[in-house]
Amino acid sequence: MSAIVKDDVDPKRRRLLLIATSAAGGAVAAGVAVPFVASWFPSARALAAGAPVEFDLSKMEPGQQVTIEWRGKPVWILKRTPEMLEQLTKHDGVLADPESKDAEQPDYVKGPTRSIKPEVLVAVGVCTHLGCSPTLKKEIGAASDMGADWPGGYYCPCHNSRFDLSARVFKGSPAPKNLVIPPHHYTQNDAVVVIGEDTKA
Amino acid sequence: MAATTPKPPVTGAGPFNGVLTWVDQRFPLISLWKEHAADYWAPKNFNFWYYFGSLAMLVLVIQIASGIFLTMNYKPDAANAFASVEYIMRDVPGGWLIRYIHSTGASMFFICVYLHMARGLMYGSYRKPRELVWIFGVLIYLSLMGEAFFGYLLPWGQMSYWGAQVIINLFGTIPFIGEGLAIWIRGDYNVSDATLNRFFALHVIALPLVLLGLVAAHLMALHEVGSNNPDGVEIKKDIDPVSGHPRDGIPFHPYYTVKDTFGVAVFLIVFSIIVFFSPEVGGYFLEYNNFIPADPLKTPEHIAPVWYFTPFYAMLRAIPPMFGSQFPGVAVMGAATMILFALPWLDRGRVKSIRYRGTKYRVWFTLFVISFLLLGYLGVEPTTVWGQFSNGLPLVGGDYVALWAARVLTTVYFLFFVLMPWYTANDNERPEPARVTW
Repeated sequence: MSAIVKDDVDPKRRRLLLIATSAAGGAVAAGVAVPFVASWFPSARALAAGAPVEFDLSKMEPGQQVTIEWRGKPVWILKRTPEMLEQLTKHDGVLADPESKDAEQPDYVKGPTRSIKPEVLVAVGVCTHLGCSPTLKKEIGAASDMGADWPGGYYCPCHNSRFDLSARVFKGSPAPKNLVIPPHHYTQNDAVVVIGEDTKA
Repeated sequence: MAATTPKPPVTGAGPFNGVLTWVDQRFPLISLWKEHAADYWAPKNFNFWYYFGSLAMLVLVIQIASGIFLTMNYKPDAANAFASVEYIMRDVPGGWLIRYIHSTGASMFFICVYLHMARGLMYGSYRKPRELVWIFGVLIYLSLMGEAFFGYLLPWGQMSYWGAQVIINLFGTIPFIGEGLAIWIRGDYNVSDATLNRFFALHVIALPLVLLGLVAAHLMALHEVGSNNPDGVEIKKDIDPVSGHPRDGIPFHPYYTVKDTFGVAVFLIVFSIIVFFSPEVGGYFLEYNNFIPADPLKTPEHIAPVWYFTPFYAMLRAIPPMFGSQFPGVAVMGAATMILFALPWLDRGRVKSIRYRGTKYRVWFTLFVISFLLLGYLGVEPTTVWGQFSNGLPLVGGDYVALWAARVLTTVYFLFFVLMPWYTANDNERPEPARVTW
């Protein structure tokens, strides 16, 4: 074997080989990273747990709120009284987005009630600020501990965001948007609400 | 490197000379020892502030040792995590002690690191040629914050859960990619078992490895350029031609190993008093709400991070949403830590140490320390702590006093850095002495 007798080094060729090897190695490393990065996305089990949930409304009293879990988040179902519904149109001036133009909500909930049935509010109970769950302060006016002009609503203990009984945010709250209305529809003669699934046309 | 001349045999170790010689011929034992201890010449005028680097390293060791033993009984599972921590506290022999050592260590780590960083700021230890020492240090600080955040979820109490919820949602505010990013970090639509499991992996293996690597890099860079000192005078400028060593230097071993051992003894006394008499430290080291199991459907009345994060949390709360997004506050909070990287290039003073700095720097430095401490206080308290302005403010109307205080303090924090190139450039500094004083 006498292939390399002289110490002839071709630096251009070396650099080319170095770049080619590094590029190939880098591409392989990036490819191998894909499954590792992908493993952080929700698993098939977590996706399945995001399936719709049902709740029977027939036993609810007017003014009562229940919290159920959907995709691990609290979803409020509030059966509003006529007095509560009356309040909803009276304070547009202090709401950040009374028409819910910026809000995340399905097309079939419109107007100040933000609901399919006017009396039943279905909302994701997660503050649009940083994800805490606001508390229901349903008493109207001085009976609440929120001041005499309080129209009933929700108060987030983390950073003082305030929402009305349609989960619309009041001006001056740190929360940027109204609370989210999840996709939902009613079945079985309107007695059961299904959360996580749109109304079928 | 092929040794052309054989190494001399090890002497001075009595009966161990033989075995050490055997090792030294196969491993750079003596040269490492000399480079980092016996022949590392450090300035002779180190003071009280110089304890905290070695103490931070001690806490790292304490955390790794106690953490290893905690993993032996802890279960990273949303259904079992809280109960397994209580099991460690009540049923595992000595488990309560190991856990309290670990929880106390977390806060003590930050105390040491904050004092260590304050020392670096005061004496200009980030200045040329120590920029990389500083940058490695800032990276250690950031990794430590990550390590503390991931670890805080593990007990799966209410504060663990909602703290993680808030911090992950910070990433959710990033425009366009935020929502997907938050789901990717959680591995679910909400903080859940998947989140807990991966945070456990990051807390017990990924970040400790990163931390150890960074500490090694921090020390190697330091020993390459040599230590700064309270006078900010380079001791390498004045070498004794006979010995070849700096006139103002002393070998790290035995002088500073002995000094640091004394510091360790005092530190361990304080550490033990906390562990044995007040491991919760009034809710500051262990928050009371965290003794309630995590409930994804109910947010605690008052959420506050552990004390070492509160200055940044106060900044986050101080920034109002803009353009329908909370992102500006998040960006400010991120910038508050990132700006530390730029520090070596922002400072244009001719002297390093605060001892010889002029009035402008001293005033700014004082304002900076006050703003950091006050922001830390405000971050612990609800925004209502100082009440509301009675008459309202011009332009902005009535609002919380603490909120506006935090806005002013956040501005001061940033101005300390942003204005530094100007106020350090023409300050009435005193000339540095030729040699260190003590």
